[in-house]
Amino acid sequence: MHEITLTVNGMIRQVEVPGRRLLSDCLRHDLGLTGTHVGCEHGVCGCCTVLLDGEPVRSCLTFAVTVDGHDITTVEGLAARDGTMSPVQRAFGECHGLQCGFCTPGFLCTVTALLRENPAPTEQEVLEGISGNLCRCTGYQNIIKSVHRAAEIMAEERRADADSEQPGEEIV
Amino acid sequence: MKPPPFDYHAPRSLGEALDALAEAGEHGKVLAGGQSLIPMLNMRLAAPAHLVDINRLSELATLDVGPDGVRVGALARHAQVERSERVAAVQPLLREALRLVAHPVIRNRGTVVGSLAHADPAAELPAVLALLGGSVRLARPGVTRDVPAADFFVGPLESAVESGELAVSAFFPALLPRSGTAFREVARRHGDYALAGIAALVRLDDDLRITSATVACVSVGPVPVVVDVTAACGHRPPATADWASAAWAVQDRVDPETDIHATADYRRHLTGVLAEQALRDAAREATGA
Repeated sequence: MHEITLTVNGMIRQVEVPGRRLLSDCLRHDLGLTGTHVGCEHGVCGCCTVLLDGEPVRSCLTFAVTVDGHDITTVEGLAARDGTMSPVQRAFGECHGLQCGFCTPGFLCTVTALLRENPAPTEQEVLEGISGNLCRCTGYQNIIKSVHRAAEIMAEERRADADSEQPGEEIV
Repeated sequence: MKPPPFDYHAPRSLGEALDALAEAGEHGKVLAGGQSLIPMLNMRLAAPAHLVDINRLSELATLDVGPDGVRVGALARHAQVERSERVAAVQPLLREALRLVAHPVIRNRGTVVGSLAHADPAAELPAVLALLGGSVRLARPGVTRDVPAADFFVGPLESAVESGELAVSAFFPALLPRSGTAFREVARRHGDYALAGIAALVRLDDDLRITSATVACVSVGPVPVVVDVTAACGHRPPATADWASAAWAVQDRVDPETDIHATADYRRHLTGVLAEQALRDAAREATGA
């Protein structure tokens, strides 16, 4: 067994795991964070995607011991501390970007990182960005809409932030 | 499914890693990105007794770019190499091929050297190394050797890495002046392993006539199949080169197999079509270079 320390959604968590414990199982079984879903367990479906030091990775293709000392964000950590859904979460709700919801945690983590790196992706960039996540319900159209909508919401919020920081410029 | 149990080793230096691998011998396996190894463990297709995790060896997360080429350390992730402008300037084929490797999320973890050591004949990077005539540096305690690409890929999922050895880096030669490269492949879905694929390299002389044309074929043999089609193209400018003959020459040299994804005939057909497209693209790049 190995004693490891992970920072999960901003909280320091210590856990004892065998070498073969997948990060997905560590999150779900050892830490009780069942928001991360496990679909195929060989890296194809993308459901188990979490953010490792901010970058999306497959938690089913990562050993928990390997990421000892690192920072993990799961779907439980995407909303603000007061429970306000993140722009990506709101957009998926608004655009009906989910049906059964099984694949949704993976999509939310993937898209959160995608928009952080590329705040205004083209249609092609969105397709490429979510190509590693499978959804068996939606036919993807509403997921793609959700990504664009999330980009819009984030842009609106940035504009609002900029405006509130420079009130003097509002004078007409 | 879950991985079978193994003894986990987390060396803190290259020396420690080499010692651990030497001790484990044939029962040891290196864990880098794990994007090929962990699926195999999860599906119980592999069950090494010892896993030596090199993820803490930041000294291997290197990317040395010089005028001669790019040396990629064992812990350099696909995404890191793909994003590097310096790499793209020296050898543009790497970025072009890396964009075809699985999905962006896989490329955040997967390593270039790991893809080479995995030696999947359906993968892009082995074909790139074989086409460019690169090499892989292997180490064991006190001994380092460079293995040229032509000797490195031994068979499907089999490389020249011996028990107790670690692939510490790979070298991809730079693109020479008046040279161009291209990568073309056909996959059922974006990010899937290709049914067939071609990496092409074309060099021109000062009069812009073809002096060499080579392709490396993906998914149509036990290892990347490198075919020199210089003679078939003819010592002519790209506009009048005999690309169709070159494509035939490539088709003749490959020996694909039928599986649930495609018949051997279809893979052969694709190989010819893609070879002509990739050679034309590479020649166009060379003309502008």
